[in-house]
Amino acid sequence: MVQRLDDLKETSSQTAGPYVHIGLTPNFAGISGVYAEDLGKRVIEDGVKGERIVVSGKVMDGTGTPLKDALIEIWQADADGLYNSPSETRGRADPKCSGWGRIPVDMADGSFSFETIKPGRVPHPTGKDQAPHITFWIVARGINIGLQTRMYFSDEEAANKEDPILSRIEHQNRVPTLIAEQDRAGYRFDIRIQGHKETIFFDI
Amino acid sequence: MAADDSRPESGAFFARDSTVHPPALTPSYKTSVARSPKHAKLSLGTTLSEMTGPVFGHDLLGDLDNDLILNFAAPGESAIGPRIVVHGRLLDERRRPVPGALIEVWQANAGGRYRHRKESYLAPLDPNFGGCGRVITDDEGHYCFRTIQPGPYPWPNGPNEWRPAHIHFSIFGHGFAQRLITQMYFEGDPLIPRCPIVRTIPDEAAIRRLIAPLDMNHTIPMDARAYKFDIVLRGRRSTLFENRLEGN
Repeated sequence: MVQRLDDLKETSSQTAGPYVHIGLTPNFAGISGVYAEDLGKRVIEDGVKGERIVVSGKVMDGTGTPLKDALIEIWQADADGLYNSPSETRGRADPKCSGWGRIPVDMADGSFSFETIKPGRVPHPTGKDQAPHITFWIVARGINIGLQTRMYFSDEEAANKEDPILSRIEHQNRVPTLIAEQDRAGYRFDIRIQGHKETIFFDI
Repeated sequence: MAADDSRPESGAFFARDSTVHPPALTPSYKTSVARSPKHAKLSLGTTLSEMTGPVFGHDLLGDLDNDLILNFAAPGESAIGPRIVVHGRLLDERRRPVPGALIEVWQANAGGRYRHRKESYLAPLDPNFGGCGRVITDDEGHYCFRTIQPGPYPWPNGPNEWRPAHIHFSIFGHGFAQRLITQMYFEGDPLIPRCPIVRTIPDEAAIRRLIAPLDMNHTIPMDARAYKFDIVLRGRRSTLFENRLEGN
């Protein structure tokens, strides 16, 4: 026998369920008067530094049907590549860019849309710069543990090519699932949980 | 320890132990069948994008945010149901408290009915119960909120399936990699071992850690019973030396 390691085990995940909005976006769920505003409704404030963009899309299940009860959280750096977080040790991020947003998809058609700024580049532990990206975390009924993915930008071809994460993905034919295309409204990022063109999800 | 705590945590997270979590595909929980990725997740290692995360100040909170009995009730009214206090500590895998962390909760009312437009259970709404609350952990990782004990309710996973009474918890740590949603169950509920959602977790010991015991010492006499629910988030390396070993 040996000594026992006394580390604790992480608490198990359980699905967010169909009523996640009650807890995380109560005003969206029609529960008004408890919180003044739903948390994470705005990623940026007026006066933010950087290029303003709109990202929209849908989250699809294995049959191609949009989820109408999903909730997305995003996390991104400011225009200079700094995170608005106490754990950011490289400098102070733009206070007008919280970098965090919470977006419930539309209950009628499953679409989502949010306004933000294009993030700057953030260094990878290898020392190389990562391509600009937005981290997505998706929860819903039927998702047992939040799904983590990243959105990259189609107009950052050079940066994407040298990105230390994108470039080491074995199945390069799946990389386009992580890249938002530009359309008239801004950037389009559809997430496919399963099946044809299944989005790459990360074990972080 | 004090010097350690004054510095922002910025180390890489320990790898997630997938054995304590449900797999994506759990056919007895039917909705997971079309909502589970088929491909393996890609191991990324933690970068700054996951080591950092949003942190919310105590100024976010209103006076009644952690009181679900009153926060939706008309003046002078209160929610109907067994009054309880839920409290516990938020720790990381290294047993260190996680201070300043936002915990959001939601639940059904005492009859098992949620206040949600997609909810169709015949149990009545309580006009004085909204079902949401939030709290931020103190310097030692403690949190506490007051509510009514939610009721069990039927759901259409099978012809006769009932969820055990539960409270949903959403937890932020200090890094986005720690983000977690879970459910707390109540000691002694016979529906727990029958529930397909509970049983998505393959590890019996991990399931037991989601069941809050009755905590008589924290019960408020003649007022409310107490349940204690400790939560553990992923741990992280703390020193520069440890980080360098990981190439950070």
